[in-house]
Order: sequence, then C-alpha cells, then structure tokens
Amino acid sequence: MMPLPAPALLAGAIDPQLPMHDFWPFTLTTIVKLAIVFSVYMVGVALLTYAERKISAWIQDRHGPMEVGPWGLLQVAADGVKNFMKEETYPAAANKTLFILAPMLAFIPALLTWAVIPFASPLPTPWGLMSMAVADLPVGFLFTLAISSLGVYGIVLAGWASNNKYALLGGLRSSAQMISYEIAMGMSTVAVLLLAGNVNLNTIILQQATMGWNVLLLSVAFLLFFVATYAETNRLPFDLPEAESELIAGYHTEYSAMKFSLFPISEYANMVTASALTSVLFFGGWDIPFTTWDNLPPWTVTKTLLTLGFFAMKVIFFLFTFMWIRWTLPRFRYDQLMSLGWKVMLPVALAYVVVVAGAVLALDMAHVARGTKAFSGALLLLNLACVAGLVVWMDRGRVVSPAASRLRGGELNRLRAVAGRSRLARVGLER
Amino acid sequence: MAPTTRVLDRPTGEVSYLRATLSGMTQTLKHLVNPHKVTVQYPHERESISPRWRGTHRMLTTEDGKAKCVACGLCPTVCPANCIKLVPGEDERGNRYPLVFEIDEFRCIFCGYCQEVCPEEAIHLGRHYENAEYSRASFVYDLERLTAQTHPVSQLWDPTDPKGE
Repeated sequence: MMPLPAPALLAGAIDPQLPMHDFWPFTLTTIVKLAIVFSVYMVGVALLTYAERKISAWIQDRHGPMEVGPWGLLQVAADGVKNFMKEETYPAAANKTLFILAPMLAFIPALLTWAVIPFASPLPTPWGLMSMAVADLPVGFLFTLAISSLGVYGIVLAGWASNNKYALLGGLRSSAQMISYEIAMGMSTVAVLLLAGNVNLNTIILQQATMGWNVLLLSVAFLLFFVATYAETNRLPFDLPEAESELIAGYHTEYSAMKFSLFPISEYANMVTASALTSVLFFGGWDIPFTTWDNLPPWTVTKTLLTLGFFAMKVIFFLFTFMWIRWTLPRFRYDQLMSLGWKVMLPVALAYVVVVAGAVLALDMAHVARGTKAFSGALLLLNLACVAGLVVWMDRGRVVSPAASRLRGGELNRLRAVAGRSRLARVGLER
Repeated sequence: MAPTTRVLDRPTGEVSYLRATLSGMTQTLKHLVNPHKVTVQYPHERESISPRWRGTHRMLTTEDGKAKCVACGLCPTVCPANCIKLVPGEDERGNRYPLVFEIDEFRCIFCGYCQEVCPEEAIHLGRHYENAEYSRASFVYDLERLTAQTHPVSQLWDPTDPKGE
C-alpha cells in the first residue's frame, strides 16, 4: 500500500521543488489535470468555431453571429444543442460499423495529441513538483507524430464507409495529402531535434530558452513545419478532402448530427494541437521572451500562471493565423498540392537537415559550446542566408505552378498562336 | 456590343506567389480591423427606403372612414397587369362607390399608374416591403384590407424636382 499524501506532508519529508514520486499524489493530480485540460480543450474548441465565424465575417465586412446571446456568444451552445437533437442518418448502402467508428477514430487522436504538450512551467505542490503537461512523456515529440498520423484513418474510413463517390474521393485525397506532408513535417523537425538533442518537449523548450527561439535559428524548418501543419489539419489552402465546390463536403458528405459534428471538432482540436506544437517547437513554448528567470528553479505559482498566459497567447496567435489564412487563400489544385509536397517541401527539408547537421558538427568541432552567443549567432547567420536563398528561389513561381507550366515552351507558343487566330480572341486582345 | 473573349497572357515564369500571398493577407487584415461593416442587422435596424418606393397598396379614406374611391374605373383601365377588380355601386343620392375593390398583389407589377391616374387621390402605393402571408389567396387585398393599411404612401415623381431634392 502506497503512503497517502497527508502523512507525508505532515512529516515534511517532501521537497516541493523535486518531481513527484509517490503513487497516489501523482495519480490524483494527473486525473485533475486530465479533467481540467479536457474541459478547457473542449470549451476552447467550441469557442473556436465561434471565432472562425466571427473572423470570417469581419474579413468579409460582415458581423457574423449576433443573435444568440451578447454578440452571438451563445451561438456555440445553440449549435451544440442543434447537433445533439438532429436525426442521425445512415446511408442505406453504408458499412454501418465503420460509418460509426470513423468519427471516433478522427476525434480520439485529435484529443490524444494534446496529452504530452507542456503548457506552463512546473507547479510546486505540497506533494512535489507537478509537471504542467498531462503526461510529460520522455518520447513526447515522437508521441505527437505517431498519434497525429492516426487521424487520417478516421477520415479515410469515413470516406470509405459512406459508400459515396464524393466521400471516397475526399478520403483518398486526405490520405494522399496527409502522407505526403507528414514526411516533410517529420523531416523539418529533425533540425529541431538536432539542436535539442532530445525529443522531450520540455527539454526542447528549455533548449530554446538558452539558445534563442528556433524560429530565429531554424526559420526554414519553421516555414516547412508551418505549411505542413496546414496540410495535416486539412485547412485551407489544403482543404482538398472537403473541397465544397468539387466534393460537396468530401469525406463527411453523408454524416449528420453529432457524428458530423465530431469531424469539425476534431479539425479544430487538430488546429489547437498544431498551434501548440508550433509554439513549443519553434516559439519557445511557455518561455517568456527576453527573460530567463521564468525557466529556472525555484518554481513558483506565479511563474506557472505567467508562463501559462504566454503559452496561451502564442497558441491563440497561431489559431488566428490558421483562420486568417483560411479566409485569404484559395484552394490548391490537386497537382499543385502534390508537387508542392514532393518536389519542393521534401527536398528542401532533406537539404536543410544536412545543412543544419553540418553546421552543428562544424561548430562542435570548432569547440563552440552550445548555448553561447557565438553558437546561436553562427546558426542565425546561416539561417538568414538559407532563408534569403530560399525566398529568392521560391519567389519565381516555383512553389505553385500555373497550369501553363506543365506545357513545353514551344507547345505553349503554338497554343497562343491558335488563340490569336480566333476572331473573338483577337477582338479581346486588342482592348 | 458584340460579346468578346479576352485571352489573358497567363504568366509562366516570373511569378511571385509569396508576395501575392502576403499582399492578400494584408488586404484581409485591413478588412478584419475595419470597423465599417456592410451588414444591416435587419429586424433591429432597417435601411431607409426612398420616398418614392412603390410597395403594397393602401386606400386612403375620408374623415368619416369611407374609402375615397368613387369607382370611376380609371385604375383598372390603366393597370398594365390587369390586377385590379372593381365593381362600382351607387347609393340613393347618386354617389358612386366601389362595391368590390380588389388588388391582386401577386399580379401587380408596382408601376404606380393607379396612383398617378386616380382623380380622388384614393389608391396609393405604399412605402412598405414586408409582405408575408400563409396563403396565396390572402395576397388578394380587398377594400377592407386596403383601407386598414397604415404604412406611409409613396410619393409621385415630381417633374419640377426630378431627383426628389
């Protein structure tokens, strides 16, 4: 029988600054963290749907939801009630087991990924130091990669089980897209792991606190990761699996009521996770910029609250960017999506891993200690050169190819000449 | 003018999608923070309509509450949509009045000729656009309905003040 927390506290044998070791305090605090994180997460996701509608409306010079509650704030509750009350429909020819299973398979990994993300500095409790992540796994980052790839099964199965051509096409697109961009995403983070020397997310945050944020040292990796998260979460400009104009609603065409609602919920949950991961890997996680006191023990409640606030701000900024980009950019064509993933992002990511690994090796061989200004400065300069080169190279229409680029030059001129001979076309050209 | 096709010379080489993306995002951000929104929160606020707005009809009444109409028959004659049904009657003193006066608002094209032609300034078009009914039949407004309407009537075009200033 494990000792209960109270006697241990009375004995005063436990240092609040050291990690928890006793079984019961650890289990109980984990359950509390789980409950709090889950409820905050679900409410946050619900509010995100409201934020998305408001931001889309403002961008289009509209007001958005205004009727339910003050400024339409209760719209979320109204939508929830609607989704629970609606009829659940099943297509006659659907594979019913998979049809029911698919939304769950999309929803669960979306929630699961959040478990390892540290959202504040550790909190001292009378029973020892409590890590502010639901599960501070030593393999944290690998866990997020593994779980986030599972999300595609929900979408593919939804498309397959619906027995609907549009749904199937959406599911196929989703699998192709997610697999293509997962590779670039994984490769882009190799550079981060090279600098941190560890896959634990808290270690990555502390590394950035000493060396400087990865977004400055590894901007190319950040750009690749940023684009890949959009593809992984199926957000515009990568929302081909849904593609309303072509596929009705893609993989969730046949879904209704709460089963349908689970897909948007998991999409938003994935967005939150992607934003959190971007801030952890590249923007110092819960690190407060330009200070070091927040990263060092002794840990206090104030530090936890402040770092939590900064982490929330970073996540909210990226969530806003998700919505901002969605309401700015049009959708990619399928071949553009594939060529961007395989012909641009993957080679760039691979080359960047080689560049960063070479730079780190060279700095180590020159006996430049990690964490010094010289080390960070050298990486920063290299990074500036890489970004400048990449932008100049990409800024010549190589990222997204126009339709004409698939033709040979001579063929294009021939087609233009044909167009020029048309009477109607000539009239148009003379304008 | 003949319809024309414009063949755009689409760029193949030197295109900057990065700059286009960034300028697009600046554009959307400008609209996002711009406090001027075009939506009118309809049931709570309404856009003002022109004084010459021609909506559903209204029959004006004399001081004793009778319709001003003398059943002269000009409005059914002038009506291009043939939507006015008028059966004239005459009382013991020889005054004509409408026995039946019905306007089918579905047939009506809201040209305003009836208001222009009316010698008694009895029938008017109204500055009113919220017309909802549960049946098609209730869009045939009878005399009782027409006299009971209270919305403001539309103004006729004045040739000396063509812009309504």
